[in-house]
Amino acid sequence: MRAALFVTCVNDALYPRTGIAVVRLLERLGVGVDFPAAQSCCGQPQYNTGYRYETEPLMRRTARAFAKHAYVVTPSGSCAAMIREHYPRIGRKAAAEGRGSELADAAAALAPRVYELTEFLVDVLGVTDVGAYFPHTVTYHPSCHGLRGLGLGDRPRRLLAEVKGLDLVELPGAEECCGFGGTFAVKNPDVSTAMGTDKITAAAGTGAQVLCGADNSCLAHLDGLLRRADSPMRALHLAEILAATEGEPLP
Amino acid sequence: MSGTYLGMPPFPAAAREAVRDEVLRGNLRRATHTIRDKRARAVAELADWDRLRAAGKAVKDHTLRHLDHYLLQLEEAVTAAGGTVHWAADADEANRIVTELVRATGEREVVKVKSMATQEIGLNEALEAAGIAAYETDLAELIVQLGHDRPSHILVPAIHRNRAEIRDIFRAEMGDWGRPAPASLGDDPRELAEAARLHLREKFLRAKVAVSGANFMVAETGTMVVLESEGNGRMCLTLPETLISVVGIEKVVPTFRDLEIFLQTLPRSSTAERMNPYTTMWTGVTDGDGPAAFHLVLLDNGRTDTLADETGRQALRCIRCSACLNVCPVYERAGGHAYGSVYPGPIGAILSPQLRGTGSEIDASLPYASTLCGACYEVCPVAIDIPEVLVHLRERVAQGGPVTRDGIRVTLRPADGHTAERAAMRAARLLLDHPGALRAGERLLARARRLAPRRLPGAGRAWTDSRELPTVAAQSFRDWWARERSTPR
Ligand code: SF4
Repeated sequence: MRAALFVTCVNDALYPRTGIAVVRLLERLGVGVDFPAAQSCCGQPQYNTGYRYETEPLMRRTARAFAKHAYVVTPSGSCAAMIREHYPRIGRKAAAEGRGSELADAAAALAPRVYELTEFLVDVLGVTDVGAYFPHTVTYHPSCHGLRGLGLGDRPRRLLAEVKGLDLVELPGAEECCGFGGTFAVKNPDVSTAMGTDKITAAAGTGAQVLCGADNSCLAHLDGLLRRADSPMRALHLAEILAATEGEPLP
Repeated sequence: MSGTYLGMPPFPAAAREAVRDEVLRGNLRRATHTIRDKRARAVAELADWDRLRAAGKAVKDHTLRHLDHYLLQLEEAVTAAGGTVHWAADADEANRIVTELVRATGEREVVKVKSMATQEIGLNEALEAAGIAAYETDLAELIVQLGHDRPSHILVPAIHRNRAEIRDIFRAEMGDWGRPAPASLGDDPRELAEAARLHLREKFLRAKVAVSGANFMVAETGTMVVLESEGNGRMCLTLPETLISVVGIEKVVPTFRDLEIFLQTLPRSSTAERMNPYTTMWTGVTDGDGPAAFHLVLLDNGRTDTLADETGRQALRCIRCSACLNVCPVYERAGGHAYGSVYPGPIGAILSPQLRGTGSEIDASLPYASTLCGACYEVCPVAIDIPEVLVHLRERVAQGGPVTRDGIRVTLRPADGHTAERAAMRAARLLLDHPGALRAGERLLARARRLAPRRLPGAGRAWTDSRELPTVAAQSFRDWWARERSTPR
């Protein structure tokens, strides 16, 4: 089986380790990985801030970049939700504005082939034990778009529960938003910080060494708060934990 | 809408104060978490919740699509039952109608049933200006009125107050309005409720005129429906001689049977009760029973303009249960006052900028007062996709676009203050749409990463004031891939 990796712009520039982890993980599970170089940002920051017209070219580019792949895998719930939920919406709006069905068609062709990483692992590959080894105490924050947008449910936690050596502890108030919210983090910094601080406080209370998530933008916000507070806890993407093995531990 | 909130600072500034107020945040956190857990349990009891939710949505959507028809049917039914219907295009007209109606009775005071519509139009202030005293009779509303305060929640307007604060307000203020609070009043909820009961009883027995809103209006029968928990509303609806109800035009439902849905979903969503404690229904007037005169003031005040917007109109399905406020993490930190409207929280963030337009700073900032986390959509008993409407309204603010104002289709220009953001979004898009340039940019960033300051100037400060920046990777994923994988292994 082959799958295309949609690494997302945030991971590409700031968290390449997450992308590398996905490649290592999928290859270990026998999936051949392609990385279409024409890919870029899905347009989520533009769309969510109110710039729908700036989103459209990026949407076209994304649809074109992955036109040939039966499976497009991305380690970001919010980017997957953007493509699956909002691309069709943007397409419909363009059509309603009399600009034809091209965008709607592109969305319809791409959306059903896009999988968030844990969906791909659990639903497509049918695995929860990916052979990972990570001897640490971990708590999991399910980001909103994965949780409510995609309905990932307990897939991430099932994957974590099978990791050898990993002690998974429940995060109180896990389903609450961390306060990142894209440009919300800078448009409403006080509320955003208050929400994130409550989240890292709850995480610290679990005694976990690692705060795990499946969306690096939420993790950037939480990690930024953890480091500013000189906390010993680290924020880590799920893919990096799943990629770690006894032979090849987390770099 | 009401002038009460004119000159409000934009949401982020208003929220900053609230975030720093530890007492307020504690009050809000306790109250919202208690009710949200209870609501979840009450909803989980019903096996057919999803179908009730879909049915509520469908009934409301159908009614909104044929609103003209059902409003005329309602007018006919109310009139046939002995009531009088008045139409008010905006707040001023509604206030004028009510003031005239009260004046015609010769009375100088009215008792009020808790109502969002009358708050929306600032009726109490308008009556006061006309020399008429309006007494709120809902316990929480009374606390707000006595405290010269503003409501901060749809259902529990005094949610931001704790017991000690309420005791102080009762002690200091009740005497100026009527029966004073006992000097020994403590902060036990039972004592507080008893003081309010005695204070209000005097008003119920004296009042000749009552003003209410309504949760629902049934078109086929002309029946008005009010749901409340304390029974104070029922006193106002049944004891006085004249009853004046001010109701938004979106509150109509076609048939009496439709109530079956909402009488299940509303109490569970709002107070987590299986059944509502007091549900009062009245149809016109009946000889020797209840008010002798009934006036219904149908309020538009921006609603037909909202109805004209295909995406935004779903906000008119709202049954004001306040479930979305109680689960909203932003509301929990910012408090209700920061929303600058009688409609706070997620529903306020989409309703106010539609009813009032996005012309003011506060209204232009409201669509951004959310992380789009989706918790509000998940709990809404009529399935209003609040995040979708928020993004839609952001578009209106950032890019401009067509809207209907006073029934006329106009094209809005982008709101002021978004020029720099627009330029940045455009620049980012251009870069992102050119992977070659993007790759060069990433390399530059990687090379400069050791120079990265801990705190950024300008817009970036909003991030670095409280958070560290992510460390830029030495090489982008793209570069790693080119090195490691582009040549087959
Ligand atoms: S938007 Fe939905 S959840 Fe919020 S108050 Fe209205 S009906 Fe209730």
